[in-house]
Amino acid sequence: MKTVRRDFLKVAAVTAFGWGICPTVKALASGGARPSEGLFFASRHAVHVGPNALKAQRWAMVIDTTKLNEKVVQDIVQVCHTTHNVPDISGQQNIKWIWEAPMENLFLDDLHEFQPESGAKTALALCNHCDNPPCVRVCPTKATFQREDGIVIMDFHRCIGCRYCMAGCPYGSRSFNFQDPRPFIAKTTPDFPTRTKGVVEKCEFCAERLAEGKMPACVEVSEGALAFGDLADPESEVRKLLAERFSIRRSPTLGTNPCVYYLV
Amino acid sequence: MYHKSKILTGLAVFIIFMTYPFWNNIGSAAYVRPELEKVKKAKECVESVEFMRAEHMSMLNEWRDEVVRDASHEYHSTVNNSVYQKSLTKTCMDCHENKDKFCDKCHDSVAVDPYCWDCHVDPKGVQK
Repeated sequence: MKTVRRDFLKVAAVTAFGWGICPTVKALASGGARPSEGLFFASRHAVHVGPNALKAQRWAMVIDTTKLNEKVVQDIVQVCHTTHNVPDISGQQNIKWIWEAPMENLFLDDLHEFQPESGAKTALALCNHCDNPPCVRVCPTKATFQREDGIVIMDFHRCIGCRYCMAGCPYGSRSFNFQDPRPFIAKTTPDFPTRTKGVVEKCEFCAERLAEGKMPACVEVSEGALAFGDLADPESEVRKLLAERFSIRRSPTLGTNPCVYYLV
Repeated sequence: MYHKSKILTGLAVFIIFMTYPFWNNIGSAAYVRPELEKVKKAKECVESVEFMRAEHMSMLNEWRDEVVRDASHEYHSTVNNSVYQKSLTKTCMDCHENKDKFCDKCHDSVAVDPYCWDCHVDPKGVQK
């Protein structure tokens, strides 16, 4: 077969085009264990499961707003913040992992002014450990990453304090250390590190406690107001609660797919 | 040679300046390895003493990455068949309790300043 110059140029052009789009296709398709991961979804980090560790396919929390009262809320916030050496700073530079907030601030779309009087006025807010976390996608150093079991966790060693994640998080779950937090920690827990100036921090679903086979600290002191378990297991406590009661999530229309559910 | 005096003076200044560390230290005592506090709690460390002396910093770096990013908390020792928890404060400083008499001694004498304790808590330091 005789190759005409015209045909050769056609083949060469198609080849060059294919070669040109190859990196784009790879970037869209790769980056994780599942095909949906890649450029548009955060990749997930495999989790080693130790001998004592609690494990799940998808950790989730259910907050029963009717069971929260002043004492329980106070206990929860206090136990979380002492366990994780969260400094007590007042004003705009405050740092919080879990905190109490008015319902109308938490649920911007779902509530209106004619709610029943008896309903909860406030609830607890914390990191939602989203299925599609914007904070993970914007982090330039991969200091914040998502584990295979769904927990969105921080590697404080890698955080450069750029605060992109704080801009990305629609729930305000992240706090920045504007100053050395150590002078503001009343009682330091030696088992957990403090942070330094210039690092972002947030709730980690007590990943360090799950590895030891313990439930998150807040769940333990919640007197039944918080439930924690595997969303993929139909027999788990969280799934049973979600099947029985009406539940809402914070701003689900944003597409982040939060995994903290509120029973109202 | 043009500008002989200037060149020679310049060379002399340069050589004196470059060799300053050598002649400044003439007569001063040689480096002595600091005496570290002995551990009473355990018989042996997670690895041999020689390995720990040379490699503890890279080992701690590896532990840090494995614990935080892979949630792998168990360290399988190669000297004895035990499993240790990969933790600076819970494992290392459980035996080497006194940071001032152990970690800081060598770090100070070789003038390194690791930033471990910027975040990680010295368990004894809390009680002080």
